Amino acid sequence: MQIKLWINNKEFSDDIAPDTILLDFLRAKGFYSVKRGCDTSNCGLCTVLLENRPILSCSTLAVRVDGMHVTTIEGLEKEAAEFGAFLADEGAEQCGFCSPGFIMSVLSMKNELKNPTENEIKKYLEGNLCRCTGYMGQLRAIKKYLSKEN
Amino acid sequence: MFTIDKYIVADNLQQAYELNQNRRNVIIGGMLWLKMGRKKIGTAIDLSSLGLNNIEEDEDNFKIGCMCTLRDIELHRGLNDCYPNLISKSVEHIVGVQLRNMATIGGSIYSRFGFSDVLTAFLSLDSYVELYKGGIVSMEEYAQMPLDNDILIRIVIKKDSRKTCYNSYRTSSSDLPVLTCSVSNIDNTWNVVLGARPQKPVITKINANSNPTDEEFNQIISQAINNSSFGTNYRGSKEYREILAHALIKRNLEAIISGGNYAN
Repeated sequence: MQIKLWINNKEFSDDIAPDTILLDFLRAKGFYSVKRGCDTSNCGLCTVLLENRPILSCSTLAVRVDGMHVTTIEGLEKEAAEFGAFLADEGAEQCGFCSPGFIMSVLSMKNELKNPTENEIKKYLEGNLCRCTGYMGQLRAIKKYLSKEN
Repeated sequence: MFTIDKYIVADNLQQAYELNQNRRNVIIGGMLWLKMGRKKIGTAIDLSSLGLNNIEEDEDNFKIGCMCTLRDIELHRGLNDCYPNLISKSVEHIVGVQLRNMATIGGSIYSRFGFSDVLTAFLSLDSYVELYKGGIVSMEEYAQMPLDNDILIRIVIKKDSRKTCYNSYRTSSSDLPVLTCSVSNIDNTWNVVLGARPQKPVITKINANSNPTDEEFNQIISQAINNSSFGTNYRGSKEYREILAHALIKRNLEAIISGGNYAN
C-alpha cells in the first residue's frame, strides 16, 4: 500500500505491507530513538506523537497514519536535551532505555497540562515504565523542569 | 502477531458491513487486543473516515461515536460534568495516556470483555448501543448478546439526574482489574454493577430509598453480591472477589449518599 506521512515535518512516501507496524516503519527510516520494549502496549518505550498526541507506535499500523504528522524525539532535540539535563542532574537515568519514550510523554504532558500537581504528573506518566530508577529521581527532575518553564 | 492481507478505509457503513460478513475480515478499532492475537486477517476494515470520532451532546442525550478514544471520553467536559465520579474514573487506570489515545470506545464495548471498566461504567447509566442492522439495543441486553458481524456505530447515553460513582481494584496500578464496580442512584432505584468477576459485568437493580437507612444500606450490598456470581482466576479467588465487592459497593454508596468522591 502506498502511504505518505510526515515524520518530524519531513515528508516520507513508501509502498508498504498493510500489517507493517509504525515502530518498524520508523526504525527502517532511521529513527532509532523509537524502541521496542514490551510489544504488548504496556511499557511506553515506543511512544511517539501522532498529530501532537502521544501514542504507542508498537501497536499502530503504519497505514493508519497515512497523511498524518508523526513526531519522534529526533524532532524535539532541543526540548529533549533541555529536559534530559534535568534527568541527569537528579541521577534519574540508569540504563536509559526508557528515556526516549519517557521524555516524549513528559513533553506532551507539558503541552497538555498547566501547572500539574504531583498526582497529575504521576497519572499522566503511568504508561511509561522504568525498571531501574524507582521514579523518584524522574519526579524531581520533572518538577524542577516544569517550575523553570513557568 | 497477526497478519493482514488487505486494508480498506471504508467509504460508508454499508461497505463496511458487507466486508465484515466475511469471517476472515475484521473491523479494527484501537487494534490493541487484536494485535495480541495471531489471527490471519483477510481485510482489515478501518472506520476512521466515517466521522464517528465525535461526542455529540444535546438536551437529552450524549452520542459517542465508535471511533472516539477512551481519552476522548476521559476529557470530555459534558460527560464528566454530568457523571463526575464515573466516566473519567472508569478509564483513568487503563494502562496510560498513550494507550487511551488509541483504544476506541467501540472496540471496548463491542468486545464485551469481562474485565471491561467502561462496560461496567456504562451499564450503570441509561445507555444504549446503536447497531448498523440491529438498531438501538440497551447496553444491558447488548452485554449479554453473543459477538456477531453487525457494526456498533455509536453509544447513546440518555441524560437523567442519576448520581453515579465508579471504583475498581487492581493488584498493581494500570494492570487489568481484579474487580470493577459502578453504582448509580435515581429516585428510589439503585443500580449496582459488578464486573471482572471475572465474567462479564452484571447489573442488580434494587428498590431502596435514595438516602437509605443502615439496614437498607447493608441490604443493597448483600442483594448485589447475592445476585452476582464470582469466580477464581490468577488475579484473585472467588472468596477474595466477594470481600472486594463488599468494600467497593460500600465506597460507591457512601460517595453517592455524601455527594462526595471516595478516593480509589
